[in-house]
Amino acid sequence: MTEAAPRIAVVTFPGSNDDGDARLALARLGAAALPVWHTATELPAATGGVVLPGGFSYGDYLRCGAIARVAPVMDAVRAFAAEGGPVLGICNGFQILCEAGMLPGALRPNRQLEFVCADAAVTVEETTSPFTAACTRGDELVIPIKHGEGNWVADDELYAEVSEQGQVALRYVDDVNGSRAGVAGLVNRDRNVLGLMPHPEHAVDPLLGPTGGVPILEGLIAAARERLAVAG
Amino acid sequence: MLIRPKAGILDPQGEAVKASLATLGFSVTDARVGRLVDLEVEADDAASARAEVERMCAELLANPLIESFEIVADRP
Repeated sequence: MTEAAPRIAVVTFPGSNDDGDARLALARLGAAALPVWHTATELPAATGGVVLPGGFSYGDYLRCGAIARVAPVMDAVRAFAAEGGPVLGICNGFQILCEAGMLPGALRPNRQLEFVCADAAVTVEETTSPFTAACTRGDELVIPIKHGEGNWVADDELYAEVSEQGQVALRYVDDVNGSRAGVAGLVNRDRNVLGLMPHPEHAVDPLLGPTGGVPILEGLIAAARERLAVAG
Repeated sequence: MLIRPKAGILDPQGEAVKASLATLGFSVTDARVGRLVDLEVEADDAASARAEVERMCAELLANPLIESFEIVADRP
């Protein structure tokens, strides 16, 4: 039996701009990346994983991710995640997941009011989700960041809860945007949804720079493959 | 609808406005930048209109984690 490439849906909202790179990176790592438009009411058949890519969906109107959260496709994404399907939200995708209530907290303008564009070092804090399963706690990954609103905000009570539940997946080594406790990426309690500001899809080719995105995308692909194998 | 960053939430825009006002020689002790949303709704009475708008705020227009909102009706 040949092992088919797992199908991973990459959602495009109006204003998404890293959807193409996400598809390229996934294909390079062995997945079949499927473009899905924001008006779709269901995911393609045999979808094993979902990526909400970076960009500026709906022009970041109202708040980053606020309009995308109510896009038709999000009902399907929410249902997919509720069944345990792996969902990865990158940058704007992370903002959308927070607005949708699928991840805790909110993302606010960077403290320094500057758009940051740099290679950022992050440490892996949790390895209990498929996205970081191949890493060891404390591993350092270098992945580019490029955002104006990546300052993750939570009040004391919420942060204590998130921390206690082990939901902080990645933390910046240096303070890049004022994010609470340096949070760069979070998983949900069920460990099948990861949102992160760094862009793993831009960090898969040594010719172009760091490759810290590889384990995260490979983790998604492995989870998608496993899910499809179980589904038969 | 007036939507403001909640008390205690860092507001970098407000900080920048405050600093720019200081550059121009104005002295302000604090500046916060929020959003104004003008809505027209048709309803039987003011109370039901307000209730409807409150739901809109809670569900979409404001994010309760980081923003507070105030509804100002101009035709009560």
